[in-house]
Amino acid sequence: MARVFMKGCEAIAEAAVRAGCRFFAGYPITPQNEIPEYFSRRMPEVGGVFVQGESEVASVNMVYGAASAGTRSMTSSSSPGIALKSEGISYCASARIPMVYANISRGGPGVGSIQPAQMDYFQATRASGNGGFQMMVLAPSTVQEAVDLTYAAFDYADRDRNPVLLLADGVIGTMMEPVVLPEMKSDAEIAAIKASKQPWACTGHKLDCAHRAWIQPGQWSTAVQQEKNEEAAALYLSWEKDVQAEEYLVEDAEVVIAAYGISARIGKSAVNQLRAQGVRAGLIRPITVHPFPYAAFDHIDYSRCKAVLDVEMSIPAQFVDDVAAAVKDRCPIRTCLCSGGNIMSREAVLAAVKSIMEG
Amino acid sequence: MAKVEIVAERCKSCGYCIKFCPKQVLATGSKVNSKGYEYVVPVNPDACIGCAVCARMCPDGAIDVYK
Amino acid sequence: MEKIYTRTKTIQEDKVSGFCPGCMHSTVIKLIGEALEEMNLVEKAACVLGIGCCGLHMDYIAYDNTTAPHGRACAVATGMKRSNPDTLVFTYQGDGDFASIGLGESISAANRGENITVIFINNGIYGMTGGQMAPTTLIGMKASTAPKGRIAGEHGYPMHMCEILNQLTAPAYLVRTSCNTPANVNKTKAAIKKAFQNQLDGKGFSMVEIVTSCPTNWGLDPLASLDFIEQKMLPEFPLGVIRDR
Repeated sequence: MARVFMKGCEAIAEAAVRAGCRFFAGYPITPQNEIPEYFSRRMPEVGGVFVQGESEVASVNMVYGAASAGTRSMTSSSSPGIALKSEGISYCASARIPMVYANISRGGPGVGSIQPAQMDYFQATRASGNGGFQMMVLAPSTVQEAVDLTYAAFDYADRDRNPVLLLADGVIGTMMEPVVLPEMKSDAEIAAIKASKQPWACTGHKLDCAHRAWIQPGQWSTAVQQEKNEEAAALYLSWEKDVQAEEYLVEDAEVVIAAYGISARIGKSAVNQLRAQGVRAGLIRPITVHPFPYAAFDHIDYSRCKAVLDVEMSIPAQFVDDVAAAVKDRCPIRTCLCSGGNIMSREAVLAAVKSIMEG
Repeated sequence: MAKVEIVAERCKSCGYCIKFCPKQVLATGSKVNSKGYEYVVPVNPDACIGCAVCARMCPDGAIDVYK
Repeated sequence: MEKIYTRTKTIQEDKVSGFCPGCMHSTVIKLIGEALEEMNLVEKAACVLGIGCCGLHMDYIAYDNTTAPHGRACAVATGMKRSNPDTLVFTYQGDGDFASIGLGESISAANRGENITVIFINNGIYGMTGGQMAPTTLIGMKASTAPKGRIAGEHGYPMHMCEILNQLTAPAYLVRTSCNTPANVNKTKAAIKKAFQNQLDGKGFSMVEIVTSCPTNWGLDPLASLDFIEQKMLPEFPLGVIRDR
């Protein structure tokens, strides 16, 4: 397959098009602007629709509408804009509408900084809106992986009839890397996917109340609402089978770096450097941060592991909570953090490992 | 020949049909439906001309009109 | 004798609406259903319901519907219509939904000339939440959040959505009707049919603003609420075609 050199945001958009996404609505915010810009050029070429919404709130609700009508649909934003989208995401989750959205995250809280950060971890994995719903959250650490996960995200969304979040960061979104793009779905395949949703898609049905499309983001009946919530909870539990993580040189490691996204990539380069120096370092990198790969941490040999080092671009640390839940007090956990739009430095990771090794 | 039939269970006794009937065919009845509304009844059925104004004004689709 | 009028098949035969006695939400949804049936559009209709009393229709109408988040119906309808141009997409929204929390979505959809139909119910008050002040509440009219009545200096003035949207170039059809008399009911139905036809003809954004009552939160019986519409609401919100192109 031919490799092409693409910016992360544009590669994500192209992967979505190739997965059959035919509706995108978004609103400008740095550092994700290349996603809507790319779609605005690309959608007319494939018979898709691009709309620049009047706000993030409007954009996500346009996606709710298009996806309710059976079209593979996507929106994107960056941290403060993602917060605004929480309303529509919660409605999609409640009404069980499949859609994909990307957070090219930046510094926070508030308007924060426009530079890369990983400050939205709790929001992404715990509460992307009201009501306690959950989503699969995919966290790429390369542009290639962003492409592959975006492509897969549409299948997960349709399989589960649930939103899927691509949790990237400003580094992944704005850097250029060579990528192999996935196969373009044919018009016939895309039509078949849409046709498969016709039983529930809100596009008009024969006048027959029992078979009308009824997109319900809430219920008048408390009994029915509880039933829907129980169904959703069962779905969330079923994601155990979808857990993905990269385990790198963990088996004999005296220090294991735990990190996701761009921090993990920096962490991995630190591991390589440490190994070259004779330090037995390893890495666990969740690819799905929800569901979280807790079991990967059982592969650590705690008889020799001095500590797990949580490396993340968030102060206060957030990801560390899931790491702690996975480590279960079997060894100490240290942190190596940065924030405010500062990118994690390999030197800081090396220094943190050195400090652990020196006890 | 014309007549109106009130679907008692649908009637909420708002009185719009009574107000706009040009022939004073309808009035609030003395019986109540399961929701507790004193549903409307045709008290002067022979005067009905089948204009269906009552039915068009009824918010709840409680009136059938025959002619 | 032949049955010459009965309820539209687009409302569920075994359901009685959840609306209060005299509430014209039921009247309007009946007229929408009659229009859909007469124009043979039921099988391609998708209704986007607003939040509040509008949402009571979800379990009453028998055709496709989606409930939008508060105020976002025009955005939801935009996505639905753009991705499925053959579907007849209409929103059904109250004054709080369309003119307050959803003002941005409403004006922006109108400005883009989205090929959708908006049915806008203006009764000057929030119904389901309990009679709070709406953007269309009349000066002096009491509300549960304006216990002394709407005061211009504190709350501003009632918003006239037809006239506001008439400042935009794109909208095709802006009309204000009511349901307080048989003649006005007929005009409302005709306006709804015209707005649907505009969408079929690809003319773009059409809005039918319908001045209705809220007997419960106005504190009036249904018949007195008809008088209130005539004497108070219509002088503030005059009926008629504001734009037709």
